[in-house]
Amino acid sequence: MLNFSKINILFIYFLLIFISIFSFLNFQNENDQLIKKKINLGLDLQGGSYLLLEINSDSLVKEKIQSKVIPIKKLLKDNQINYKNFKINEKNLSLSIDNIEKFDLLFNSRKDNLVNPYIDNYRSYELEYKKIDNFRIEISFSKFGLLTINNSALKQSIEIVRRRIDDVGTKEPTILQRGEKRILVELPGLKDPERIKSLLGKTAQLNFRLVSDNKEFGTDELTSENGVKLNVSKRIIMSGENLIDAQPSIQNQNNEPTVSFTLDRLGAQKFGRATTDNVGKRLAIVLDGEIVSAPNINEPITSGNGMISGNFTFQEATDLALLLRSGALPTPLIVVEERTVGPDLGEDSIKSGVKSLIVGFILVILFMLYKYKIFGLIANTALIANLLMLIGVLTILEATLTLPGIAGIILTVGMAVDANVLIFERIREELKTEKSIIHAFDSGYKRAKITVLDANITTLIAAIILFAFGSGPVKGFAITLGIGIITTLFTAYFLARHLTSLVVLNTKNKEIKI
Amino acid sequence: MTNYNFSSKFKHANIFSIVLFFISIIFIIFKGLNYGIDFKGGTLIELRSNNIEASSIRDVLKTMDLGDVNVKKFGKEGDFIIKVEQKGDNNELIPKIKNNLSNSLNSDVNFRRVENVGPKVSAELLQSGIIAISLSLAAMLFYIWVRFEWQFSIGSIIALFHDVIITLGIFSLLSLEINLSIIAAVLTIVGYSMNDTVVIYDRIRENLGKFHKLDISDTANLSINETLARTIITSVTTLLALFSIFILGGEILRGFSFAMILGVIIGTYSSIFVASPILKYFKVSYKTIEKEEEKIVP
Repeated sequence: MLNFSKINILFIYFLLIFISIFSFLNFQNENDQLIKKKINLGLDLQGGSYLLLEINSDSLVKEKIQSKVIPIKKLLKDNQINYKNFKINEKNLSLSIDNIEKFDLLFNSRKDNLVNPYIDNYRSYELEYKKIDNFRIEISFSKFGLLTINNSALKQSIEIVRRRIDDVGTKEPTILQRGEKRILVELPGLKDPERIKSLLGKTAQLNFRLVSDNKEFGTDELTSENGVKLNVSKRIIMSGENLIDAQPSIQNQNNEPTVSFTLDRLGAQKFGRATTDNVGKRLAIVLDGEIVSAPNINEPITSGNGMISGNFTFQEATDLALLLRSGALPTPLIVVEERTVGPDLGEDSIKSGVKSLIVGFILVILFMLYKYKIFGLIANTALIANLLMLIGVLTILEATLTLPGIAGIILTVGMAVDANVLIFERIREELKTEKSIIHAFDSGYKRAKITVLDANITTLIAAIILFAFGSGPVKGFAITLGIGIITTLFTAYFLARHLTSLVVLNTKNKEIKI
Repeated sequence: MTNYNFSSKFKHANIFSIVLFFISIIFIIFKGLNYGIDFKGGTLIELRSNNIEASSIRDVLKTMDLGDVNVKKFGKEGDFIIKVEQKGDNNELIPKIKNNLSNSLNSDVNFRRVENVGPKVSAELLQSGIIAISLSLAAMLFYIWVRFEWQFSIGSIIALFHDVIITLGIFSLLSLEINLSIIAAVLTIVGYSMNDTVVIYDRIRENLGKFHKLDISDTANLSINETLARTIITSVTTLLALFSIFILGGEILRGFSFAMILGVIIGTYSSIFVASPILKYFKVSYKTIEKEEEKIVP
């Protein structure tokens, strides 16, 4: 165990130096770095905001099933199937029909089926029906239909969230899908996420509808900006999809902040026609089911430009313009988890983390020197190499360092010496029975090997499980702990062993104390 | 090498452990664990301000009708932690609390940390925490079962339960908060305690093969003594590192490092006084390991 071939030695020191070099990249100025690799600081260290958003697809399912009502009724009428008791429920439609066989044929036909399209990806129809009795059926989305709705809503939401956050202009945001319903947003350096939260909390579904004088069929009663209830036609003249731009502006007449918008060609046509036909009536601008304002149509607007006023502050006008530019979210987003750390707390955490690392490190080094003298020096050299390699590997992986991650490094310092302690203690025992010092060292390393492996694998198992199940900062702990074990094994079994062999082989036959 | 007679103290130590274990379980069941917002849901706000008292923060929050509110000093003078146990997702609650505090306290308030965990997420976090701990115990059991004989496997798992339950029992007794980092600590304790046990077990197995005439008590005793220096030195260096986190690492890591300190002490104790005697109760002898070897190499 004490003989090293030249290739072995070359390999050990090459790997050691190669990996350790990376650790120094973290202390360099970013601009004159050749290799742009660095350990990222977690949000708990650099400050920032972590948000976990969840889409609510229930409301979407309700909306979508309602949109199926007219096509289904048309299908039945066109094919002379009589129906009665058509009911619209939260998640399904129920009705009685006189010819289920015929309906089944139409409903599950693959050709030109606009009512119930076939989803090729999942080999399944969007809708399914089940018989309640001989005449009554219940139509709902199939498992894969629901999945499709959910997935497209999630994808669309991620896109809109990205646009809104980019528009606000925070640095290096992370926006990722998490599971089936969630979006993870990380905003480094952001001190107050309230504005972003309120921007993400609004779906921003905008539409223009005429105000109706009486409460006739086909109107909704909506509340306007000054609390007055107005009857608004259900018919949508134009919606936010037709907007190509929106900007905040100040109206010259009374210095009021407003949002001016530009419509696409189709939108301009629709808007032009509606305003021409309805001069003198009031046009309600409805955002997320509330009337923002309901101005009078004084003259036809055919230019495709318009303006929304509604007693905004300039900030509100800016935010509304941003929301309209970025498009509407398919469903409201709920913040299900939020963690925000201010930059000063992050700095404090780094300071105290580094301080405890240095103190812990010095204490361990002094203790080892006291316990093992010259071999303590070897163990300490291995420990320093270990630390450099650990930081080097973290840099190569561009891992995220968190406060628990720093704790993991300190803990590694405390536990890393264990491998060398196990070996040295074993050698001590071997020296008692073995006459040849070299043999004693040799068999000490040999015999301790399995124990060292066994002992470290158990901690490695714990680290891997923690990595798989932990979230956020705790994951950072699992990373440093896990990598620390591997670098520990390397430094104890290769570096320290080689250093030991140098000491032992150069003091032949003389007394060696350990 | 030391020559303490550990095996003569096994009986007393085991009674002590059993008593401690059941007291811990009683505490965990009847007093319960003090779950933080990670597992219970709710809002946490850490703030720093000059010349304010916890009572004035409490007074401001009282007017807001938030339900169960907890205000505590946190580390340095002027640092406070507020915990609000609110159910349901309420996106507007945090800005409201922040505004009210900024306006009502006659002092600059620096909101250093805000955490809000919804009920769904907290339930999931608790579940995955429990799964992680169970899985790590199962993985250790499996590893030891592969590497050693089944008696060793059971001995080490009992020692692990002993460590985890007593650590949690002390957390319950002292009403310390259980959050995500405590789960990390418990898992690390599992790894550390296992590590300690494996070192002694390795030696016991080696000595069983070497000295057929010694019975298991004497073998255990010899093995513990042989590895005692290592056990103590490693515990000391680990504790040195942990105490430096505990004292200098800041308020956020305090719970974590405290749990780890407890775990290292209890884990070291259990490797000697719990894991080893169990081999004796299973009447492990050199025949046990020989039989196993026959099985592996037919």
